[in-house]
Amino acid sequence: MAIEVRIPTILRTHTGGNKTVEGSGATLGALVDDLDTQHPGLKNRLVTEEGKLHRFVNVYVNDEDVRFTGALDTEVKDGDSVTILPAVAGG
Amino acid sequence: MLRIDRATYDAIVAHARKDHPDEACGVVAGPEGSDRPERFIPMLNAARSPTFYEFESGDLLRLYRDMDDRDEVPVVIYHSHTATEAYPSRTDISYASEPEAHYVLVSTREHGEQTGLVDDEVEFRSFRIVEGEVREEDVEVVESYLFGHTPTTVVYD
Repeated sequence: MAIEVRIPTILRTHTGGNKTVEGSGATLGALVDDLDTQHPGLKNRLVTEEGKLHRFVNVYVNDEDVRFTGALDTEVKDGDSVTILPAVAGG
Repeated sequence: MLRIDRATYDAIVAHARKDHPDEACGVVAGPEGSDRPERFIPMLNAARSPTFYEFESGDLLRLYRDMDDRDEVPVVIYHSHTATEAYPSRTDISYASEPEAHYVLVSTREHGEQTGLVDDEVEFRSFRIVEGEVREEDVEVVESYLFGHTPTTVVYD
C-alpha cells in the first residue's frame, strides 16, 4: 500500500508524463519530500522557499482541501488519495 | 487559433454581462487532444470581486474530477475584466498553468450597462499563456461545431 497522488498536466514534466504517482510519509510534507526524491523538482513547484504551499496549487487529501486541515502538516496514511490541482484564478 | 461555436461564444459573453461589475469565470471543456471547446461550464467566482477571480477549491476539485471521468481537458479558460481591456493581467499570467488551454478574456468595460449605449460592445480575445509568455491568437466563431469544418455542405430545409 502507498499513497496515490494525482498530478496535474503542468507538473507531469516531473513525473515522466504520469498522471498518478505513489509515495509515502506520515504527513503531507513528508510525502512531498518522498515524491521529490523520486521526481526531482516537484517539491519546488509545490512548496515555497519559506516552506509553505504555493498559492498557485490546491492540494486535497481524500477530497479535503489541506488549507483547512493543517497544510503540509496534514496527516496522511497508506491508502489515502492526494490530488494536486493548479488554482484557476487571476485578476 | 481558437475555433469556437456561436452558442458557446454567446454564453461566455452573456455570463460576463450578467456578473458585471464582478469578474465572471468558467471553462469550456472538450475531449482530450481535440482542441474543441464543447461543454460550457460557468463557474462561481469565489472572490466575487471586480478585480479578481478564483474558482472555489471544492468546485475546482469537482470540475477536474468530472472532466477526468469524461476524458476531457479545459480547452478554454475564460474570465472577464470589467474595467480594463481584454488582455491578461500580471496576476492572470502568474496563475496561468494550463499551457494547452486557450485563455479567453472578455471585457465588459464598454457593455451597455456601463455606457448606457444601445450599441454596446464586449471585447472577446484569446491567448496562449506558456511559461509566463502571452501570445494572442485569432478567434474564429463557427455557427456550429458539428459543421465547422464543412460549412458548404450544410443544407437548411
